[in-house]
Amino acid sequence: MSARTIRRRIASGVMTGVVAVLSFTAVLALILILVDLIAKGASSIDWAFFTKSPVAPGETGGGVANAIVGTGIVVGMAALIGLPIGIGVGLFLAEYGSGRVGFLVRFIADVLNGTPSIVIGIFAWTWMVKPVGRFSALAGSLALAILMIPMISRTTEEMVRLVPHSLREAALALGYPRWRTSLRVVARTALGGIVTGCLVGVARVAGETAPLLFTALGNLNFTTKVTQPMQTLSLQIYVYATGPFEEWHRVAWAAALVLMGFVLILAMVARWVTRQRYGRVR
Amino acid sequence: MTTLPIEPVPAPPPSIETPSAEPRWSSLRGVNASDRIYKGVLTALAMTLPLLIIALFAQLFFSALPAIKRFGFSFLWTSTWDPVAEIYGAAPMIFGTLASSLIALLIAVPLALGVAIFLTEFAPRWVRQPVAFLVEMLAAIPSVVYGLWGVFVLIPFLRSYIVPPLKALLGWTPFFQGVFYGNSLLAGGIILAIMIVPYIAAVSREVLLAVPSSQREAALGMGATRWEAVWTAVLPYGRAGLIGAIILGLGRALGETMAVTMVIGNRHDISLSALQPAYTMAAAIANEFSEATTATYQSALAEVGFILFVITILVNAFARVLIWRVARGAAVGSKAL
Repeated sequence: MSARTIRRRIASGVMTGVVAVLSFTAVLALILILVDLIAKGASSIDWAFFTKSPVAPGETGGGVANAIVGTGIVVGMAALIGLPIGIGVGLFLAEYGSGRVGFLVRFIADVLNGTPSIVIGIFAWTWMVKPVGRFSALAGSLALAILMIPMISRTTEEMVRLVPHSLREAALALGYPRWRTSLRVVARTALGGIVTGCLVGVARVAGETAPLLFTALGNLNFTTKVTQPMQTLSLQIYVYATGPFEEWHRVAWAAALVLMGFVLILAMVARWVTRQRYGRVR
Repeated sequence: MTTLPIEPVPAPPPSIETPSAEPRWSSLRGVNASDRIYKGVLTALAMTLPLLIIALFAQLFFSALPAIKRFGFSFLWTSTWDPVAEIYGAAPMIFGTLASSLIALLIAVPLALGVAIFLTEFAPRWVRQPVAFLVEMLAAIPSVVYGLWGVFVLIPFLRSYIVPPLKALLGWTPFFQGVFYGNSLLAGGIILAIMIVPYIAAVSREVLLAVPSSQREAALGMGATRWEAVWTAVLPYGRAGLIGAIILGLGRALGETMAVTMVIGNRHDISLSALQPAYTMAAAIANEFSEATTATYQSALAEVGFILFVITILVNAFARVLIWRVARGAAVGSKAL
């Protein structure tokens, strides 16, 4: 073996090591963040944390019940608006999306996916807050729904496309009309995947803060009125983390752990469902 | 006189056909109608996206119009931001946005490309799934949680372990001048880097997976080592897509809000030093929009939003075009997005 060959082999080995170390570093970042979340947040989580509303600064105790319920309401309403539209757009892209219109819609969905959420917040503020002169949970939901639509439509499209063509052909050959084929056969077959995409979408917007800053605004009290400002976990973490009190920081870590747990569990369930159904995706 | 008919009257068509043809036609037409309704409904839903992007653009533009009229292009390069005197210039935020994104790219690109190359070319099969999963999980962490971690873990860590050697080594350059208080351009850039790694990595990985294996095999068959095959065959083939992935990450970094707001210091000032506080466009909107009381103030912030929107739309569109050139039409990276 010539010296040159040996040098090339060594270079190849070294570069393999380099990319492995880089990958390890990226994974390490995730592990560090998770470990810190658990180390600093877990001790503050008890029953009262889930059932009580915050107390005045300086006092100890209290919880984030208002924020947990608020997150549920704001995200739930967003899902009610965003999911049907997103799934519809996804079906359109999968069924009729081969032409120029489909190309355009797909492109816009991808571009909107990268639009800063704070800009969507300004949009929702102008439509829902400015006219009535009051911050509201509804405005927050609108902003989150707008964020959801392009996300859901792309995952739905992908999942529907995974359905084998033979299924569709079989249904059509049996005299099923196209719309029933699409809904009863194709969409039903892809249902697991579509639900997965929805879960991931919901998990993503549940962690959003920026578009809620001047729509849902936040609220230190417990409320279920959707025309009033409402607290969410993400808003609470922001306010408490940037606030001056030790006690607030402690609650912020605990709230972050709860939010993170919620998001991670949804993401993992989604992944598990996909793998059960479609096997390993590459 | 009677004439016999020369030709017999044609027999009426067999009676079986007429009744059966009628319903068949109508049922076919019925199918067409319901199919047309189905397509119409889906198309109408799909039209929400083009309408939405037009509405976003128009609404931001009209909200920004008073500020655009009042300050003109000087808004882009003046640095005064004075709500009391109602004079606004966005230069520090534009600078801060670009600078923090640049720092983020410098750190994130090698990491993310390393992940993508490792996972597609070198990693043993049993490593691929778990590592890809963990890196994707980074994208699932909410921005505000990154911010929290940045404030209470990253900044103290930088203060104790990173900044002192950095200052000792590079303190003479203009980029590391001044006292490090914590909230700074550097902290913002590093947080952004961690946040965009999963996006760049996921898209790059899909791009590399789309490179035909004949490319690798040809290089290996010519006697190339595995790294040489990657460097001379795989990476050049996917170049457009990889650049697209990086630009997509840039788009994310430009518009990222919460985490940056929490660690960058939020100061309307242009400083070349990465150790000094700075501001970004998204952070300014997040901090000041709900407190903006005058119409001009709101309009100035809306103009910041408008600029940010236009920049990210252009950056994203450019990135998508590049990625589609490699992996046509596929929802590349949608798992991470």
